[in-house]
Amino acid sequence: MTDELQAIVRLSLLIGGVATIGTLPIAFALAWLLARGRFPGKILLDGIVHLPLVVPPVVTGWLLLLAFAPTGPLGNLLERWFGVSILFRWTGAAVAAAIMALPLMVRAIRLSIEGVDQRLEQAARTLGAGPWRTFATITLPLALPGILAAAMLGFARSLGEFGATITFVSNVPGETQTLPLAIYAALQRPGGEAMVWKLAAISIMLSLVALIVSELLGRRQGRRLHVL
Amino acid sequence: MSFDIDVSHRRGGVVVGAAFQSGAGSTVLFGPSGVGKTSLLMMIAGLLRPDRGRICVAGRPLFDADRRINIAPEHRRAGVVFQDPRLFPHLSVRRNLLYGADGPTTLAEIATRLDIAHLLDRWPRTLSGGEARRVAIGRALLRKPDFLLLDEPLSSLDRTRREEAMQVIERVRDDMRLPMLIVTHDPEEAERLGGDQIIRL
Repeated sequence: MTDELQAIVRLSLLIGGVATIGTLPIAFALAWLLARGRFPGKILLDGIVHLPLVVPPVVTGWLLLLAFAPTGPLGNLLERWFGVSILFRWTGAAVAAAIMALPLMVRAIRLSIEGVDQRLEQAARTLGAGPWRTFATITLPLALPGILAAAMLGFARSLGEFGATITFVSNVPGETQTLPLAIYAALQRPGGEAMVWKLAAISIMLSLVALIVSELLGRRQGRRLHVL
Repeated sequence: MSFDIDVSHRRGGVVVGAAFQSGAGSTVLFGPSGVGKTSLLMMIAGLLRPDRGRICVAGRPLFDADRRINIAPEHRRAGVVFQDPRLFPHLSVRRNLLYGADGPTTLAEIATRLDIAHLLDRWPRTLSGGEARRVAIGRALLRKPDFLLLDEPLSSLDRTRREEAMQVIERVRDDMRLPMLIVTHDPEEAERLGGDQIIRL
């Protein structure tokens, strides 16, 4: 692999990794609320969480641009509190990837939480475990393979993120130019076909590995949940 | 007084509840399926909140709507054996048994008494129905409970296993002298385990 290719892959993995790890706690909290919570407006929350899945990515990117622009509400806060801007930075690309991966991750984590038999949690309570110990020793271990599978799925989705990213943080080589954006740039360049082939092959391989790992983890949960 | 109970709980249009008092030893809750025997047990275990009433076991108030007492299930010290064994699938039999164990463990003694000593290193999914049930009983006993709640402890066992399990329960009743509430829909079981303390729902 040439240095240029390596740099693109490294940047993609960095952005995908940061997006996934950063989204995981938020996705878990949302999944927990949707799986176990009983509150008015649950359907609305469910709908909002799933919006990035169906709204045109370019719209999501544009909204992020409005929010994180120096005059936008979030951009203004970041600027004043931390003196940073994520516009046209790799951190912005990670935010875009995170938003786009969120619905998929919430869905998968929600399924794995719903797969945990609450009767087991009741049994743990009668055996002297409070809510937190029950969560840590019963719910979490049983849901964990599913949660990791969800993380891998989110990672795979992040690697493929294009529309929201290019709209929000543009296509800056070495900063926001991930694999899909590099493919797009190479396609626009006369004689860029060789590069497109290589980048596309790498993209497919990375995605396939992530999906296989995700699937294997998901099966592991299936086995674990064999309740007697 | 072992059990001093007067509660009700409404779910949908159906009200389940009961009012009874019983003395030491075992008490049997007897009635056809669907009258809320299990719900009543869950209320005593703290897993279902009654709408009104009070629950007092061995002199200790566990729930009292008027006095705003509602002890969390983990602090009720109830040994609950559910209708299904509810063993934790990701923990070995040994770790299942020790999950709620309190103080110096009597694992070896209880495992021998329940004839599950040879199963300690197995996984719950490899156990037969009868074995799983004995492990569930052992797990509840190792909690060192103040009282026992058994929900249809003999259902879905074949005739031989049934007799074995019945003897285990009788031994626990006679050796450990714990207040015990047993739910069953089988008249023969009720007669044998409850003696003269049979509450009909």
